Amino acid sequence: MAKPLKCDVCSEPATVHLTQIINNQIHKIDLCESCAEQKGITDPSGYSLADLLVKPESQSAPEVAALSCPECGCTQREFKKTGRLGCGACYETFASVVNPALLNMHKGDSHKGKVPQRALERATFIDRLGTLEDGLKEAISSERYEDAARMRDEIIELKKAMEAAALED
Amino acid sequence: MLIKSIFGGKSEMTEAGSKKCPVVLMTRIRLARNIANTPFPGWAKETRRKEVLETCLPSVASLSQMKRGISAEISSLSDLERQILVERHLISRELSSNADAAGVVISKDQSISVMINEEDHLRIQVIKSGYRFKSAWNAIDAIDSALEEQLDFAFSQKLGYLTACPTNVGTGMRASTMMHLPALVISSQMEKVVRAVNQLGIAVRGLFGEGSDASGSIFQISNQTTLGESEGEIVKRLSSVLRTIIDQEMNAREKILEKDPNKLYDKIGRAYGILQNSHLLTSSECMNLASLVRFGVDLEMFPEKTRNIVDRMFIECQPGHVQYHAGHEIESSARDEFRAAYMRKQFENVARPIFNLHEMSSEDDTPKPDPEQEAE
Repeated sequence: MAKPLKCDVCSEPATVHLTQIINNQIHKIDLCESCAEQKGITDPSGYSLADLLVKPESQSAPEVAALSCPECGCTQREFKKTGRLGCGACYETFASVVNPALLNMHKGDSHKGKVPQRALERATFIDRLGTLEDGLKEAISSERYEDAARMRDEIIELKKAMEAAALED
Repeated sequence: MLIKSIFGGKSEMTEAGSKKCPVVLMTRIRLARNIANTPFPGWAKETRRKEVLETCLPSVASLSQMKRGISAEISSLSDLERQILVERHLISRELSSNADAAGVVISKDQSISVMINEEDHLRIQVIKSGYRFKSAWNAIDAIDSALEEQLDFAFSQKLGYLTACPTNVGTGMRASTMMHLPALVISSQMEKVVRAVNQLGIAVRGLFGEGSDASGSIFQISNQTTLGESEGEIVKRLSSVLRTIIDQEMNAREKILEKDPNKLYDKIGRAYGILQNSHLLTSSECMNLASLVRFGVDLEMFPEKTRNIVDRMFIECQPGHVQYHAGHEIESSARDEFRAAYMRKQFENVARPIFNLHEMSSEDDTPKPDPEQEAE
């Protein structure tokens, strides 16, 4: 998608979009909420993506409005302005805003499609590593040294396998 | 150099539809993909965009599907070259205008193009002539899997492929067909169709996507939602809407022929006359005339081979292509003159239309979509 649309009447960010076909030409009108209301455009069945995304968050807490992504620095204000996120981590940072919008704009809130096999293998590696490291700490603190040694060896093997897989790429 | 090879080869875009399903010109699927742990192109600083381009361009170009294809940085292309790629749907307008650290790789037969640093790091696209979702999906799935071997895609087990705009998250897939719907336009039913399909999460746009007009009665119809359904489910849902639109179009054709055939014959006859004799033609007028002749081909007023001429006209009447054929950049009014001359030549040997009052489609004759998409 292109740049965020402005209201055709007052140039405020547009949140209501109308499409009409007149003489074979698609006409699009973009309006902000107040201008749409003034013009009596209140079709509740209309599908307005920006309306879902850029709805003013009067109910949101001030600390939420000040959120910024620790990975890329994208701010919630920026997201609301453009409708675009800065990086993959933004989905977690802005989950409180993005997730409810996703439910409204899509058929569900979880992925059911193709999975990149390599990413999945990586995730399995990381999950297993996390479990082992937690287990190792727990075994040391409870003085189960045999268990700790076994887990340490397994961690070393797992890391080797991860490095080998990375080198293959 | 680049454009010469684009023009030289056959393309799915210019060898479009078939008699089997005259309503659908072509099928397109695109996938949005991003590199893990890297800012999306719209947010990334130039150095990061360059890094992505430098990593992705050779990876994409090395795919077996891209053998003897074209790969280029957008900034190295002239305005005319970019315009021609946009007119052929090989790059988007956004990529053309935002050319910094952006690139494209196009397969030799122009059925595959991969844009780099558009809204997402990678926009993979496959175009197939006619109504062929299964074949388009098989092709794009193979390219995506081959790229995944080399590149780490941003992916979450919960949200699927992570994209710059949350409207694409999940599968990152937009599946669409270009449909030629002259009877629905003539009978003023398109607005009703657009409203109905929008309710089902299906988008209708003009030939060149968002904000473009519907010259030539050609519409792009695609899924809006990408999360919560598998690729197969999305295509299945889209296909059932498309089948309904095809039925509506065929019904509208039947009604026009029953109610007022002379009005239609007059339109088609005039279109033929203008294309054979005009000396000034705008691209929009040309598209609309080509649309009427294509309608005439569907009704068997013109020989089937005329379909190919018309489908090429849809592409070649556009400003970039006209200038390429002229051999140099020319002003709008001169383009109209050149376009008319080019069309006169194209239509020189097209036989005059046969106007027979023939029954449109008994049930058995109704063109059906390609059955391969059923298995999707």
